[in-house]
Amino acid sequence: MRALGLAVLTAAWLAQPVFAQRGAPPPAQTARASAPIDLTGYWVAFVNEDWRYRMITPAKGDYRGVAITKEALQIVNAWDPAADEAAGNQCKSYGAGAIMRVPGRLHITWQDDSTMRLDVDAGTQTRLFRFSASPPAPDAAPTWQGQSIARWEGGRGGAPGARRGGSLTVVTTKMRAGYLRKNGVPYSENATVTEYFDVGQQSSGEYLVVTTVVDDPRYLTQPFIVSSHFKKEADGSKWDPTPCSSTW
Amino acid sequence: MGSDTMLIDVVAGRTARIARFTVGLVFVVLSLSTPPQAFAQFDLVGSWAARNTEDISRDSYPVDYVGIPLNTEGRTRALAYNESQLAMIERQCEGWPAFYFVQGPFGLRIWSDSEPVRGTVISYTIGAWEDRAPITIWMDGRPHPSANAVHTRGGFTTGTWEGNTLVTYTTHMKAGFMRKNGPPSSDQATMTSRFYRHGDLLTVLVVVEDPIYLAEPQIISKSFQLQTAPLLPTGPPCVTAFEGRQPGESVPHFVPEQNPFVDEVTKLFRIPKDAVLGEPETMYPEYRKKIKSTYVAPPPCKGNCGAAPVR
Repeated sequence: MRALGLAVLTAAWLAQPVFAQRGAPPPAQTARASAPIDLTGYWVAFVNEDWRYRMITPAKGDYRGVAITKEALQIVNAWDPAADEAAGNQCKSYGAGAIMRVPGRLHITWQDDSTMRLDVDAGTQTRLFRFSASPPAPDAAPTWQGQSIARWEGGRGGAPGARRGGSLTVVTTKMRAGYLRKNGVPYSENATVTEYFDVGQQSSGEYLVVTTVVDDPRYLTQPFIVSSHFKKEADGSKWDPTPCSSTW
Repeated sequence: MGSDTMLIDVVAGRTARIARFTVGLVFVVLSLSTPPQAFAQFDLVGSWAARNTEDISRDSYPVDYVGIPLNTEGRTRALAYNESQLAMIERQCEGWPAFYFVQGPFGLRIWSDSEPVRGTVISYTIGAWEDRAPITIWMDGRPHPSANAVHTRGGFTTGTWEGNTLVTYTTHMKAGFMRKNGPPSSDQATMTSRFYRHGDLLTVLVVVEDPIYLAEPQIISKSFQLQTAPLLPTGPPCVTAFEGRQPGESVPHFVPEQNPFVDEVTKLFRIPKDAVLGEPETMYPEYRKKIKSTYVAPPPCKGNCGAAPVR
């Protein structure tokens, strides 16, 4: 009987946290408090992929790697950066569909408990990721960075102290028409941008990889998928906001 | 005596039942208390098609090290490379290191081997494809072998789960190339890979560290898309064959300072020479500001500008 009693006591002790987890629902946590990964801080783009499409303005008419429609090809071939600049559209290649590919630095902060803010120094752009179940207002005017709805994925469980993983998913709509690349490869106002933010840490540093999927029924014949990677920086000493430019 | 024996049997039987009950109870409770870590993992098995929207490992131009943070030794060796070395049977497979699985244009076919009773994964294998060697990811906690153990083109890889991210670490890779046109990687290079799955998308982030030829870690990221039709890799990985050079002949090479192709990419695409040669500073945003005043845009694209639109 002592063995039975010991077993019951052991079982009760072991079961305690389990039943506590599976009992009454815990109080609702804010998006900030429930973040499975920490994205905040300064990140610098490490531009070693698509270098000649990102670090320099590529040749007019070059759209290699992007599956565009015939209508889009007309825009590609008609690209006129001076006209964009004159029309006040110098930020067309800094919109949400392309901004993570622009060489620059990110500064990620929490604007409030349910809104993550992502600033980009190249083009001096600001993106707001709202952790909300409600879709953007249908009559909202399109902007370069559009309306972004965010949610956390994964990151549950794991041993105490262990890295939990998890990622951030962001869906952006309501954008102004923009360019996927500096040389006028377009996306339309109907585009949807889905992004996945993942991090990794090792002895050589902390890394952020953003997988971007651009769906555009008007200008793309298939989703445009790219992954952009960043390295964590200790502080904002290299933060250098610059204005948008069509020509450089 | 008989009744004592019976009593002993009864007590012994009861003790055995209590012991079985105890073991069972503890097993059930331990099962319930297992953290939900397992549910955070994902299934890596399947056919993952490459989405080649970003540049892939290229050998079109003999000197094009753009995006590879080489150190001086790595750059010098790269400039010494002559593609005629591919005619040497012992050097034919150098261009396809383990990290070619995220550099090349091919998809990934991944399968697992499992422990037969519980079904826990012992290993994943990223299958070979054409010139690429297979990579086996050991998930059973085995250690990496001695530094003196044999190095292979696929290397030796172990993996662990960090929540819903598979993190793998590869050592024991043969010396080869960072890119097919000659920038080298040493047999001391290591590769850390992270596999992130989002629905039918798989993004792989690879960090290659090489104390011999890289000034800083090389980072590669690439996305793949799950497809229902199985990928059917063609051919075994890099089979060598006689291609004209006899054993004992000299190794084709250039004197690094006299490589005749060093300006080719600069002329074609207006990419500054220090970027072509893989200077690490050219991979950071500051470099754009440095070249802004001197950069001249290339002429309009006249050929091979992109796939013809289908609609």
